Amino acid sequence: MKYAEEFRDPKAAKGLLAQIATVIDEIGATKEKPVHIMEICGGHTHAIFRYGLDKLTPEGLEFIHGPGCPVCVLPMSRVDECVELAERPEVIFTTFGDAMRVPGTQKSLLQAKADGADIRMVYSPLDALELARRNPDREVVFFGLGFETTTPSTALSIQQAAAEDLTNFSVFCNHITVPPPIKVLLDDPHMILDGFVGPGHVSMVIGVEPYRFIARDYGKPIVVAGFEPIDLLQSVLMVLEQIRDGRAEVENQYSRVVPDEGNPVSIAACEDVYEARPTFEWRGLGEIDSSGLRIRGKYARYDAEEKFGVGYGKGLTRFIPEPEGCACGDVMTGRLKPRQCPQFGTGCTPEMPLGALMVSSEGACAAYYQYGGVEELEAAE
Amino acid sequence: MNQAIRRMKTDTVTLAHGGGGKAMRDLIEDVFVAAFEPDGMEDQARLTHAALASPGSQLAFTTDGFVVSPLEFPGGDIGKIAVCGTVNDLAVGGAEPLWLSAAFVIEEGTDVALLRRLVASMRAAADEAGVRIVTGDTKVVERGSADGVFVTTSGVGVIPAGRNLNATRVQPGDVAIVNGVLGDHGAAILAARGDMALSVEIPSDCQPLNTLMSSTCDAVDVRAARDATRGGLASALNEIAEAAGCGIEIDENALPLRTEVKGVCEILGLDPLYLANEGTLVLFVPEAEAEAALTAMRATDAGKGAVVIGKATQAHPGRVIMQTLFGGGRIVDMLVGEQLPRIC
Repeated sequence: MKYAEEFRDPKAAKGLLAQIATVIDEIGATKEKPVHIMEICGGHTHAIFRYGLDKLTPEGLEFIHGPGCPVCVLPMSRVDECVELAERPEVIFTTFGDAMRVPGTQKSLLQAKADGADIRMVYSPLDALELARRNPDREVVFFGLGFETTTPSTALSIQQAAAEDLTNFSVFCNHITVPPPIKVLLDDPHMILDGFVGPGHVSMVIGVEPYRFIARDYGKPIVVAGFEPIDLLQSVLMVLEQIRDGRAEVENQYSRVVPDEGNPVSIAACEDVYEARPTFEWRGLGEIDSSGLRIRGKYARYDAEEKFGVGYGKGLTRFIPEPEGCACGDVMTGRLKPRQCPQFGTGCTPEMPLGALMVSSEGACAAYYQYGGVEELEAAE
Repeated sequence: MNQAIRRMKTDTVTLAHGGGGKAMRDLIEDVFVAAFEPDGMEDQARLTHAALASPGSQLAFTTDGFVVSPLEFPGGDIGKIAVCGTVNDLAVGGAEPLWLSAAFVIEEGTDVALLRRLVASMRAAADEAGVRIVTGDTKVVERGSADGVFVTTSGVGVIPAGRNLNATRVQPGDVAIVNGVLGDHGAAILAARGDMALSVEIPSDCQPLNTLMSSTCDAVDVRAARDATRGGLASALNEIAEAAGCGIEIDENALPLRTEVKGVCEILGLDPLYLANEGTLVLFVPEAEAEAALTAMRATDAGKGAVVIGKATQAHPGRVIMQTLFGGGRIVDMLVGEQLPRIC
């Protein structure tokens, strides 16, 4: 497969792994005193485990799995609001598939669907728009979820709905942005991170500039990375070289896809449609300033919060504590490894997830469970 | 049977066609009997077969329900799957399939022309597999109570004396062989649904596997076989590992996958190991007989792409492990939940 297999070449990986080992030695990192690198994006977490990169890299390097899985940081109250919307008889509720299984306090969207709610899985908000055109007597609500990678397509669907003057389409906007939670992590007094692997597909939209503060204000290196194993290994090497050389810069490993300035058309569409919310709740991280997006007043008729009087923007959201025994928050902030959670693999499995990190395949716990080493699993049993 | 065959008088199926009256007779005689040619019009098939009388042979009996959306897709349709699925269930158990029944649940409003195409396709698949559809049933339900057409087929076959395929017979050292590329059916259905606007046409692998199984069983000692339908190869291997009480190790490099299928999986974030197949099986043979098995398989239409993908091991009993491209080992678990909404 072109443009994928070149970046999965085991020989190239071997070369990079040898270089990584050398730089780790030059830094003087050991198993006891490792270098901590956070991969922010859930897609990277998934790739690290799928290819077993954590097993192949030296012991002096430890990956900390960041908050970049949108399904995982979705608070339970948001799921409850989705269910509430979806159970209205006039509504066709549309969502990306991986949000279906996230447990709410009462039920997940999958359970709501089984109970009779009209919930459809879509691959793009434009599919939801098409459903609205075809069902003029129903209210089609799209669950806008995700980081900068998915915000532009939701923005476009709203612009398109406005251009067509559609009256039965709205977005339940829960889009969030990557930089604010990174700042929260960096401000944490217990922070142990030495550098970051940055989410490439987010930068494809916003460019590299929004990460500048990480290097400038906090003195930490960040390398924007692609998603194939060779991309990841090369990015890790670039971060390590910066650490070794005492540099803190924003570098772009994924330049075949990411222009430094991002995608101006997407940025303009987002500017047009969204504004920052004063604050937004993240599962495991709490309220974070300016970390969520809401739909601007001029598009209010496409805002499901306005239309149905639900959700965060209406101040109706309750804070729901994590389920008893769930340690997703600690895992998300790197305080616990997934396997150190007492519920891991027993009270919480992909089949019956307790916490969100086990639900999405991009969640750290699901990745550990699905792709974890054979030896560890057998030792744990 | 000298009377003229009754003819359908409408273009779509209505509730009247399920009512037990004249309209139902029109539907059954015009659409089904015309294609399947049962012996007589009794409600039961009355069958004789010499193989049944031979000492040591066993009767094999299986049933399967089929719900596919869309009903027609590149490489097949629900009719072809309904025949191949049941034929293959018999075949991977070592049986020579002989007779099938077919029961239809038809949604009111279904085009008769579509029904005719599905029935013709079942007949063609049955002819290809060398089996006969000897009895059947139709029910018509209100619009919205079914998605077009649901088909249930049951199948009867004979396992010749001395043939004993059983997952518990798989032993460490046995090699695992697949007959061809993986995931085509699942990818074909996904692409055919059109939701994804994928500009790729992948034909389903839907095909009968009984000739392949029969020649392979004649050539070597096949310990066990599974057709990798719902849940894909991963689920088939897990079932065998569990039943045999040994581990199974497969090699990522050895898995036969079409570039298009890999592409669809990359785009949608799916794992081809879990994609459904309708004409793909995995079988286990003693290591010493692997070459002979490959030769026998490759001599049949359905086995041209046969390759070894792994082996049974003493280590990690009950688990399936994949050696990845990078040399790490990862667990290949049973499918959790569903990868796709309803594909077979």
